[in-house]
Amino acid sequence: MAKKTGVYVCSGCGIGGALDMGKLVGLAAAAGGPVRTSPAFCLEDARVIRADVEQEGVDGVVIAACSPRVNTDVFRLPSAFVERVNIREQVAWSHPPNLDETQSLAEDYLRMGIVRAQKASPPTPYTEANERTVLVVGGGVAGVSAALSAARSGFAVVLVEKAPKLGGYAAMLHQQFPKRPPYEAAQPTDIAARVAQLEALPGVMVLTSAHVEEITGQPGRFTVRIAAATGSHEVTAGAIVLATGWRPAATEKYERYGLGRYRNVVTSMDLEAMAVAGGIRQPSDGLPPRRVAFVLCDGNGDDAHLPYGGSVSSLVALKQAKYVRQQPDTTAFVFYGDMQTPGQYEYFYRSVQSDPGILFSRGQVTSIAEDPGGRVVLDVSDTLLGGDIRLEVDLLVVSTGMEPSTLGPEDALGLAYLQGRGVPTTKFGYADSHFVCFPYETRRTGIYSAGAVRSAMDLAASVQDGRAAALKAIQSIEKSSAGQAVHPRVGDLSYPQFYMHKCTSCGRCTQECPFGALELNEKKNPVLSPNRCRRCGICMGACPVQIISFNDYSVDMLSSMIKAVEIPEGDEEKPRILALACENDAYPALDMAGISRLQYPASVRVIPVRCLGSVNSILIADAVSRGFDGVALLGCKPGEDYQCHFIRGSELLGTRMGNVQETLGRLALEPERVQVKELAISESDRIPAMLEEFVRVIKGIGPNPMKGF
Amino acid sequence: MTVQAGVSEAAVGAQPAVALGVHRPIVVIGGGIAGVTAALEAAEAGYDVTIIEKNPYLGGRVAQLHKYFPKLCPPYCGLEINFRRIKDNPRIRFHTMAEVERISGGPGNFDVTVRLHPRYVNDRCTACNACVAVCPSERPNAFNLGMGKTKAIYLAHEMAFPMKYAIDDAACRLSECAKCVEVCEYDAIDLTMQARTLSLKAGAVIVATGWKPYDASRIDNLGFGKFPDVITNVMMERLAAPNGPTKGRILRPSNGQEVQSAVFVQCAGSRDTNHLGYCSGICCLASLKEATYLRAGNPEARAHIFYIDLRTPGTYEFFSQKVLSDDHITITKGKVARISEDPATKQLVVEAEDILAAGKVRLAVDLVVLATGMMSSLSEGKVAGPVAFDTDDFVIEPGTADGIFAAGCAKGPFDVATSVQDATAAAALAIETIQTAARR
Repeated sequence: MAKKTGVYVCSGCGIGGALDMGKLVGLAAAAGGPVRTSPAFCLEDARVIRADVEQEGVDGVVIAACSPRVNTDVFRLPSAFVERVNIREQVAWSHPPNLDETQSLAEDYLRMGIVRAQKASPPTPYTEANERTVLVVGGGVAGVSAALSAARSGFAVVLVEKAPKLGGYAAMLHQQFPKRPPYEAAQPTDIAARVAQLEALPGVMVLTSAHVEEITGQPGRFTVRIAAATGSHEVTAGAIVLATGWRPAATEKYERYGLGRYRNVVTSMDLEAMAVAGGIRQPSDGLPPRRVAFVLCDGNGDDAHLPYGGSVSSLVALKQAKYVRQQPDTTAFVFYGDMQTPGQYEYFYRSVQSDPGILFSRGQVTSIAEDPGGRVVLDVSDTLLGGDIRLEVDLLVVSTGMEPSTLGPEDALGLAYLQGRGVPTTKFGYADSHFVCFPYETRRTGIYSAGAVRSAMDLAASVQDGRAAALKAIQSIEKSSAGQAVHPRVGDLSYPQFYMHKCTSCGRCTQECPFGALELNEKKNPVLSPNRCRRCGICMGACPVQIISFNDYSVDMLSSMIKAVEIPEGDEEKPRILALACENDAYPALDMAGISRLQYPASVRVIPVRCLGSVNSILIADAVSRGFDGVALLGCKPGEDYQCHFIRGSELLGTRMGNVQETLGRLALEPERVQVKELAISESDRIPAMLEEFVRVIKGIGPNPMKGF
Repeated sequence: MTVQAGVSEAAVGAQPAVALGVHRPIVVIGGGIAGVTAALEAAEAGYDVTIIEKNPYLGGRVAQLHKYFPKLCPPYCGLEINFRRIKDNPRIRFHTMAEVERISGGPGNFDVTVRLHPRYVNDRCTACNACVAVCPSERPNAFNLGMGKTKAIYLAHEMAFPMKYAIDDAACRLSECAKCVEVCEYDAIDLTMQARTLSLKAGAVIVATGWKPYDASRIDNLGFGKFPDVITNVMMERLAAPNGPTKGRILRPSNGQEVQSAVFVQCAGSRDTNHLGYCSGICCLASLKEATYLRAGNPEARAHIFYIDLRTPGTYEFFSQKVLSDDHITITKGKVARISEDPATKQLVVEAEDILAAGKVRLAVDLVVLATGMMSSLSEGKVAGPVAFDTDDFVIEPGTADGIFAAGCAKGPFDVATSVQDATAAAALAIETIQTAARR
């Protein structure tokens, strides 16, 4: 709790011309500390605030000025809680000047800000876990790259590989795609060199023929039990890179291409093994094939087995067609849907196309048979070689898809987490983040995925991916050691506290946490691992008895802010709407509306929330009891393409709305009074109409009958 | 920890990371999504970073995009989080309207010379907008790719970070006018500001200079620059954006009428040895995405895509299937031969081959969107220093000095997701360089 709250009301940027500064100053006096004004607190007068903090013992600073999205650095005061009251973008710039309703809006925001500052207390960061070792699970190209990068960056590494030696599938390849200009020819792989470099580095423990049995703990200190051929090991690690790679899709899925049925139908991995062994041979008789066909069967329109297309299969066929051509008197045929050779790989495609012994055609294989001599007879339709054709080849190579190792029941981490032993995956089975902008983030804090377990990719991309995931692991260690949150609330020092005496052991918080941060103890009470927590507050929104709070964010604080709003009585033209707005998307969108000088109703009081999932339904009940006529919940898109950076926030709010509607029903209030509105950050142009419509609906229903009670 | 016999190496005795805070910073050239990501990822691991950005704002080309594929989410959502990370992290510094002139030195110890162009607006700017009201001069709106105008003193766009105005000295009469100076209450405008040079020390350098669209007017048969309703894919992003020149309505540039039909021309410049020899990688997905813009704004509108190969690798195929399940979005495998204008209807006539039907097609439409390829931003004016380039002006590893790394589209045509991944890897390499150099 702030002991001394100073209030600083800025009159710059049009604020002074739109609002009655005297009234704001008068109201601020109630906070009990110094109250000051300036034409621009962001310039020289920032010193005034700093002086009050340093010399007058002010520990709660309320700055009524511009949005917290600007001048963040200017108003950063490490020794005080700073509350920014946004009377510029969200009052003076978005509402008509010098009207009662505009003034009331500013006054309510100031009251709310003062309450918030007074309710906040400084956080005590959790800094007890600071193990500087990175655990890498999987010793293929991505895992080896991650281990190398972490070790070179000064961290100890434990690398666990299930095979007897490192290298994974990369070590089974004859060549890799061209990495250097002119990008025209495949080149040798460099996995052996990377393994050698890794083994030469100090501080790297490599465990082969090993697997992780169980992981307990949290970022900063995971305890890892490993079973290896050499015995069992227990190590501690600060963060984890998951690089367990891929496996070829089961050959049964390719039965219609004759795989497993005909002797001379092989997979692309089979062909790679032949090339490594020194020559491509027909399995039927061991002779070198003259005519070899490649079928890219995971292209567009061939969704019989995998719900996605090939990322690298086109390139594999190009590379292998060249292997075939290195043997005398050979012809290769490549049948494809769409040739996937993005970027500079186009040069490789063009170079392979220029080989007269390699014939390319779009086409779909309609039937496959074997003649008595063991030759494979293909019927291909819609080809560019002249409609439907029949082709006899000595060897048919089927490109089997890459499946992530996380697809299916097997798990490589053995997380002793209430929410499950594996890392949650996307619908395709990848341990991927689902965010364009924030790769590597899994839904298990401190665990970062790299390589083909994250997305199908080639060797060069896996090398990059390993490095990148290692850096994320290093960050996680640095942040955990300092007691700070990682993405997306990076640096946040507070974490949820539980008032356990009142816990009913319902377990809802442990189920709803998107990150598996909460476990249950023997009494069925929740136990938090602070470094697994991303500080979204979804547990706070979930708790039916409101025992979960942060030092600077709590149900009590939000409730007090709601109650600080003055509700006009008996004036149907002055409804009051509470808008709880997602701080990352809806709140900035409201700022944008102000920056564009769009006008929206002054009857709306906005409170930013960490996530709509952190909104406890009691807050809506509080707002209604206080006399608010309506509540709008402004958040981001749920569903398959969800935008919530806490994964489940908008979705959970949707399910909680059931409770809210029940409460409204009990109070005999109309369900339309509380509405969830999707508002993306780029949609500020929609705000005026959206809020005007909401106000119109509320006016149509009439005032909240609870007003004044 | 218990380590048993038979283990190849014990994890004890790792070389401890060099104390943070004593190293030289990482200089990141370019403040687009790759540069911003590289900077943040390094800074959050404890390293000091300086970003050098050419524009008056950070965010680069992604700030101009309406949506990302495949989620169709707004780029500013991720940028907002990244900008908040920058605001909260004192380890990151940035210079806007700045360009790197020269890099010299070696790993752990580079010297970077930076040219700071005059913004004419200093850090005292509060973005109050009073200056814009009095400014008498206009300039083409660069953020909207020349569509529409701004005043000579301007905020690039309402989400611009840093939220500070700038003056375009090609449009401003500077001290001869000075009306903005008179109204600025914060002493934030300095019309006498001069370019200056800055010398930075760097432990490692990340080149994240990004891309630019291929000049579509160089493709004679496609009519860009000749017919106003032939536009590029990047212009389409601005037309669809709510903060764009048409406030998000997709209108024909020629007459302002709503577009009822559009053709997307793939490989406009790419996969063509007369223009760009490589595949730009993103354009098939971008056109599929942009077809959804048209459909979202007008339920009657039709979109047709001419392509050579529909390049939607991996799980992007799922996005492609979703978009193509709309029966108002159709595709034909074939190259567009010619675009002309019907003198009577003023519609554009697209003549193309249809490879699968072994024939030709002719379509009359309101709008043609050229899927113009991505070029290296460094195709004119490379960074002077030990940085090597391929024949397409992309940075390559062999020849580039150890300790200098490229990230994102400085290396090749990448989508946003790949650029972000690549930038994170580049940050990891920069950190490895600094740690290795410090141990020498």
